[in-house]
Amino acid sequence: MKIVVCLGNVPDTTTKVKFGDGTAFDKTGVQWIINPWDELALTRAMELKEDAGNSVSSVTVVTVGGKDAEPTMRKALAIGADDAIRIDAGANDAFAVASQLTEAIKDKEFDVILTGIESSDYNGSMVGGMLAEMLDIPSVSAVSSLNISGDAIELTRDIDGGKEQVSVTAPFVAVVQKGIAKEPRIAAMRGIMMARKKPLAVVSAAEVENLTDFVSFELPQPKSPCKMVDADNVAELVDLLQNEAKVL
Amino acid sequence: MSVLVYTENWDGVFKKLSFELVSYAAKVAKMMGTSVTAVSIGNVSDEELSKLGAYGASKVMKVEGNTSLDNQLYTTILAQVAEAESAKVIVISNNNTGKAIAPRLSVKLKAAVGAGLIKLPTAVEPFTVTKKVFSGKAFANVVLKTEVKILTLAQNSYEVIETGGSAAIQTFAANSGEAKTVVKDVQKQTGKILLNDAEIVVSGGRGLKSADNWGAIEDLAEVLGAATACSRPVSDEGWRPHEEHTGQTGKIIAPNLYFAAGISGAIQHMAGVSSSKCIVAINNDADAPVFESSDYGIIGDALKVLPALTEAIKEAKNK
Repeated sequence: MKIVVCLGNVPDTTTKVKFGDGTAFDKTGVQWIINPWDELALTRAMELKEDAGNSVSSVTVVTVGGKDAEPTMRKALAIGADDAIRIDAGANDAFAVASQLTEAIKDKEFDVILTGIESSDYNGSMVGGMLAEMLDIPSVSAVSSLNISGDAIELTRDIDGGKEQVSVTAPFVAVVQKGIAKEPRIAAMRGIMMARKKPLAVVSAAEVENLTDFVSFELPQPKSPCKMVDADNVAELVDLLQNEAKVL
Repeated sequence: MSVLVYTENWDGVFKKLSFELVSYAAKVAKMMGTSVTAVSIGNVSDEELSKLGAYGASKVMKVEGNTSLDNQLYTTILAQVAEAESAKVIVISNNNTGKAIAPRLSVKLKAAVGAGLIKLPTAVEPFTVTKKVFSGKAFANVVLKTEVKILTLAQNSYEVIETGGSAAIQTFAANSGEAKTVVKDVQKQTGKILLNDAEIVVSGGRGLKSADNWGAIEDLAEVLGAATACSRPVSDEGWRPHEEHTGQTGKIIAPNLYFAAGISGAIQHMAGVSSSKCIVAINNDADAPVFESSDYGIIGDALKVLPALTEAIKEAKNK
């Protein structure tokens, strides 16, 4: 079985975001990381590959992005992916990204596609489901566990107020969330050395369209300062919550 | 032309989320000068379906059977209803079900998605929505360029408005094919207030020091009728189940009142709770970042402050 993991290249979570003239994200000085949910997906893919109890034979990582996404792809290779594909296109909107991924993946051999449930930059939660629809294959969303035994696939998905155990036949897309792997894997020195020799293919962008335009960005209004209450006077807090904030 | 709203049910019953969605759809329909049609998939009684009318749906299309979610099949059904109704806007929740269906429906109908919205569109020509980006650190104004648009609404971000109307219920025979995902088992939380549904949430962090101390969180939650939550280190340590983790990679919630007890307030945690209408921080470190994003704060040991607060709330409720 072949696993494809779609990776987003996103600004480090602690980045102070800036938008220059307000129309585009200012990338100056930004540290890039693997989107946290995609990193968990990759970790689970590696665990499955290492487990002899299933038929997983390879893990390919793929991203849509410019050259600044390459360190992120090398990191994924260092974590253990066998090969990487970078589609040389801007990540304009979810539909465009999913279209690029579809063009790059559709003629390849794959059984399981993993995507994170959300990206930490544009927070759309769209690409995995769109990709599945474009490829016309099943998708399971909010997946918090994925097990493959031989060729049998068992997933757990979170629903409002519980969990469901679901089975599905490959090929399919699993849109994964927290729980899929315990902690993201960190690349070891040996992995970093080996990553340099692994293939990182760059494919040219397909003609795709975007359905949305991000026209402008705004920063939130600064929050008014926190009102402090003495620890020995919690009744005052209760009073404030009841009569000032009116939330009790 | 109409605004379509997908109203999910839970064992044949709607909840506040459903009425919030219909209220939102009604307002969008008003902006566009049209009416709201609700779609229900699964087995829901006509009595329950008719409740949707009171929040602004003038028609309800019921598609019976297909009680468990199959992303492809539900997408096909919704696309058929959308086409039959000439829907111009489709409103779906941004919960797990919405995240499963909306992207597929977007491709099927070639409809742009405004994802995870927290308020009404700012304009209908061109159709412009505001959404949170960078996990709440900024907002983006996004133009949806297609003729049909999909809006997914973040839970607890719009009010429930009763209009007192009534809805005509029709059966829709969908031609949907077979489910590809098979549900083998379901575990449901019972007797607990769900984190995403809760109006008040009491959350604990590492400052609680051990899983054995969680009674202090649970006691306060009980007097408030609140749900309990935790920070990421707490769920990573296994003190609490991961379903309770609120934060960037955990659950994103928007209750009216959020208590952060013994939580330092790392940017990743606050990303999951910053939409709360009111945040109360309890921490023994006066320099903890959590105070910067909170409305009210108490400097003190959570294990001492929580029980005192529980008592004070009991007292206030008895007055």
